[in-house]
Amino acid sequence: MKRRGVQKLLLPGGVVAAILLIAIAAPLLPLPDPIRQDVARRLAGPMPGSWLGRDEFGRDVLSRLVWGARTSLSVAFISALFAGLVGITLGLIGGWARSWGAFLTVRSVEIIMCFPPVLLALLVVTLLGPGAATLILVLSVLYVPGFARVTYAEVLAVKGRDYVEATRALGATQSHLLFRTVLPNIAGPLLVQFSLAVAAAVVIESGLSFLGLGVVPPAPSWGLMIRGARSTMEQAPLLLLWPCAVLTLTILAMNLLCDAMRDVLDPRTSER
Amino acid sequence: MSASWLGRRLILTLAMAWVVATIVFLALHMVPGDPAELLLSTSGAMPDPATVQELREKLGLDQPLMVQYGHFLAGLARGDLGTSLVDDYPVIQEIALRLPRTLELILAGTLIAVVVGVPAGVYAAVHRGGVFDRVASWITALLLAVPVFVVGTLLVLLLAQTLRLMPAGGFVPFAQDPGQHLKLLALPAVAIAKGLAAVLFRMTRAATLDALAHDYVRTARAKGLSPRRTLVVHVLRNALNPVVTVLGLQMGTLLGGTVLVEYVFNWPGLSTPLLRAVEGRDYPMVVGIILTISVLFLLINLLVELLHAAIDPRVQHG
Repeated sequence: MKRRGVQKLLLPGGVVAAILLIAIAAPLLPLPDPIRQDVARRLAGPMPGSWLGRDEFGRDVLSRLVWGARTSLSVAFISALFAGLVGITLGLIGGWARSWGAFLTVRSVEIIMCFPPVLLALLVVTLLGPGAATLILVLSVLYVPGFARVTYAEVLAVKGRDYVEATRALGATQSHLLFRTVLPNIAGPLLVQFSLAVAAAVVIESGLSFLGLGVVPPAPSWGLMIRGARSTMEQAPLLLLWPCAVLTLTILAMNLLCDAMRDVLDPRTSER
Repeated sequence: MSASWLGRRLILTLAMAWVVATIVFLALHMVPGDPAELLLSTSGAMPDPATVQELREKLGLDQPLMVQYGHFLAGLARGDLGTSLVDDYPVIQEIALRLPRTLELILAGTLIAVVVGVPAGVYAAVHRGGVFDRVASWITALLLAVPVFVVGTLLVLLLAQTLRLMPAGGFVPFAQDPGQHLKLLALPAVAIAKGLAAVLFRMTRAATLDALAHDYVRTARAKGLSPRRTLVVHVLRNALNPVVTVLGLQMGTLLGGTVLVEYVFNWPGLSTPLLRAVEGRDYPMVVGIILTISVLFLLINLLVELLHAAIDPRVQHG
């Protein structure tokens, strides 16, 4: 059972790793500048040195796809990281302190869940203006409750276990108990939560960029590429299909990776 | 359904609406700096001080925070959401005009998702491991991965631009031309339905499998009940509960999705003025529309809970 689970990790894990690697290595790859316009060659088809052709401003499509991955993934990872730091801290405090502590930490951030995510994002964009920094702030805020909830539930489940009691009896300090004993033992579900947050963040980032309210042009982003290609979809449908395909493949691989990770790391929820 | 349970739910929903309104109100004041200056500053240029002062007075930002909050809540109670900063048009009138169209889209999308997702899930569970089950599971994974605006855009590309079977988007009032109205509704509704249909399929399949494994199903079969009757009376009734829960959980995503889908198909719901307002920093309009959709979200969740209680009386005592 476990072994099959690990095998299921391989394919989506490989795809995600490849996308990550390409995104990280983007500056080292022999690609044209993703922002440089060349109006003479707008909507040009594939040619040597520009394998996927040029977009409506004559920019290299392949290069924009690769650099777009960098934009999307860095925004998603940084937001998930911030959300994780805040959410896990709140969850730990809430789970450790019970009652009032839980109310102040976990329950209060759940208010965020009263809003449909995209709408909360639009509210913040109105106030701060579009851009990568706004996106990171919004996405971090959106995923804090998820981390807080999972951490809270896991801490409650773990804190009565014998090994925690034993460590406490050995005279460990509170912080040692929390960070050295409890945290490593609930790391699995938190890692699953992290990957879920990254995947969800990629979706919302691309959606907001598509509306013209996320990443600011001319920076490359998959959502922006789809937005731009809409006006020329009759002449150049491929221009639209490439970013759609890459975005969908990325999210698909991430979703499958999340499922496989949950099966391996979080056995309780996988017994369906 | 007991009255006290219903009352508690209603009060809770009202309290949550109040919290949502308060957060939206405070959001403008949580941003560092002068709110009026913030709303007027586009692309980093300093706005004209006289204009800032004018806006400050118009939004009542020169008054103490608590007074502003009082005015805001009193306005909400009267159904007054202020006027647009761009054209002084009352926000509530814009919402009243466009909310029905957004609701229609949401309703149509939910309907399609339920009609497709639930039966498909039951069928896949009953014929577990079969061809349909496997194919449907893959399609579900794909549907969950494609962002809603990508589905919308691809539907336009395929059905409107290439095959010319459907209109690319737009809106005709139902009273004017019912056929064309429904034709224009079809694609955006399908686009919105895709994610929900996939989630409903998964949940229905899992819940049906779960229910099928129970002893009471074996008992029902053993006493000679037909497979169809066993399925409908014993399995589905028990499987429906988690499905309804998921329906409620997914509504937030669906409501966010309508913003994108309305944009893709030029459906004149709440999305158009919302996006215009976000771009133009028309704060009262943004607040009005976001509050409307968030309260709608709360109401849908209340409705889901009522549905839940109707299906399973134990819910009220849990």
